Amino acid sequence: MSASTHVVRLRALIAAHKRWDRVFAVVGLLALMTGVLTFVALFVDMAIDGAARVSLEFFTSFPSRRPAQAGVLSAWVGSVLVMIVTAATAVPLGVAAGVYLEEYAPRNWMTDLIEINVTNLAGVPSIIYGLLALGLFVYQFGLGQSILTAGLTLALLILPVVIVATRESIRAIPGMIREGAYALGATKWQTTADHILPYATPGIMTGVIIGMARAIGETAPIITIGALTFIAFLPPAPVTAEPPFISFEWLWSPFTVLPIQMFNWTSRPEAAFHENAAAAGLVLVVMTLAMNAVAIYLRYRMRKTIKW
Amino acid sequence: MTGRAAADRLSRRRVRRVKERSIEVVLFLPASVSVVTTIGIVVILFSESFSFFREVSLADFLTDTQWTPLFADAHYGILPLLSGTLVTSGIALLVAIPLGTLIAIYLSEFAPFTVREIGKPFLELLGGIPTIVYGYFALLFVTPLLQVFFPSLPGFNMLSAGLVMGIMIVPYISSLSEDAMRAVPMNLREGSYAMGATRFQTAWRVVTPAAFSGIAAAYILGISRAVGETMIVAIAAGMQPDLTWNPAEPAATITSYIVQVALGDLPHGSLGYQTIFAAGLTLAFITLLFNVMGHVLRKRFRQAY
Repeated sequence: MSASTHVVRLRALIAAHKRWDRVFAVVGLLALMTGVLTFVALFVDMAIDGAARVSLEFFTSFPSRRPAQAGVLSAWVGSVLVMIVTAATAVPLGVAAGVYLEEYAPRNWMTDLIEINVTNLAGVPSIIYGLLALGLFVYQFGLGQSILTAGLTLALLILPVVIVATRESIRAIPGMIREGAYALGATKWQTTADHILPYATPGIMTGVIIGMARAIGETAPIITIGALTFIAFLPPAPVTAEPPFISFEWLWSPFTVLPIQMFNWTSRPEAAFHENAAAAGLVLVVMTLAMNAVAIYLRYRMRKTIKW
Repeated sequence: MTGRAAADRLSRRRVRRVKERSIEVVLFLPASVSVVTTIGIVVILFSESFSFFREVSLADFLTDTQWTPLFADAHYGILPLLSGTLVTSGIALLVAIPLGTLIAIYLSEFAPFTVREIGKPFLELLGGIPTIVYGYFALLFVTPLLQVFFPSLPGFNMLSAGLVMGIMIVPYISSLSEDAMRAVPMNLREGSYAMGATRFQTAWRVVTPAAFSGIAAAYILGISRAVGETMIVAIAAGMQPDLTWNPAEPAATITSYIVQVALGDLPHGSLGYQTIFAAGLTLAFITLLFNVMGHVLRKRFRQAY
């Protein structure tokens, strides 16, 4: 009798433990669903409030005191111009730094220092970058509250993302590629420029896109440098009628960007402006989601196709 | 003739070497930008705060319970901003740590392949949403929703800002923790299963402790994100600096105060202008503290296999 009750007890114990397995599988799924549902609620809520406002007119009108006529023309133009400055700065700097750290850097204290700094800068709150830019770019360098200042600030902000992505994709390239190039008499730079960089490009692109998606939604550092929230004009055009046809006047222009326009509309008490904010938010979310989706797809395809 | 050719080749080799060497220097300069940035942050924060602390004593700054730099009766106590920062971050972590950890354990140990392949990118997308959009969501969706249950809740409050901030941080915690758990070698799990442990016992008592250093690093990253988060609190928590620990009340955080001042038009060099650098310095110290803590935790609990 004692043997059989023992077996029964054991079976009950096993069943109880297995029940925990099932309970946790449900709890875990629920936790995941909480995240997913929040995202759906956020998106649907904004779509309900703002979708009606998204029209061609919304993109071709300046902000206005009358909510029904207000648009995001100056904001999206500002965002595009700031992103151009950011990409033009962060991509060359970040890729060069990544290449240096992976391919060239000697093992010494200077390299350690650079690596520690890259890691730590990735954890610095974005508003601190805004304070840096306010003290350094705006007042010390006298760049003013311009597109140039904003672009450079965001470039510093996403630099660690680009550096880390560059390093990771270079590290994934096996040593035999380099050895093959060296065996044929290529110099270090020829190896890097003709082999390492091309093979690392998809990975670098992924990092750049993720960084840019982050930069386009950043609000705090740009508010901190003192960007205006109400801009009813466009920066000077980059292309002119007279020679030399290209003008860089726009770099010095005051500006606003999409997230700041959205912040401005959100913080007004009138509900009509909240609809505009929702519409601007919808544009912003769709843009960042599209960029992130491209990056995720690129990474996915890379994992599938590249087999060394 | 042959001497000339040899000399040619020699000089070409020299040119090549100079070129290679200069490329190395050209690549080193961008790499040093990170060091320059750090130095820039430290110098700017300290030099502007230095002028501030000549006017206001450090003791006042740390103990005064009022923060009213823009009033006629100016007080410069950081405590009200600190309490706002701690309360909102605390709420965020109460949401993000359990949720993020559960998701990480589920995705790494329980989820079927398809759920993981869909769930992971979804979380990444959630982490990519601009914080300004989360701010809008907190003020105009979560707060009205909470007011249905608590009609006395004011329109600006720390509770909804903290809750939404928590959701924002979940992807950071879950993805880093999951990476740490997946790095735990399979033979630990196999050993556990061989002893008759269930999936949950293995996940909870073997994999989670083994990945603890990575999970702790994820928590620390979550904390510094929460402390430095700006737009959600600036929009949804109101901007009155008030020394309160009640999440149902509005309050200002260090970050939202900086935004508030930057939106106004304070002259460069005034004491009001310098307050934001003193506030920024405090914020930098807090994040530095957590970064160092994370580093120590990682070192201390790292397990090599």
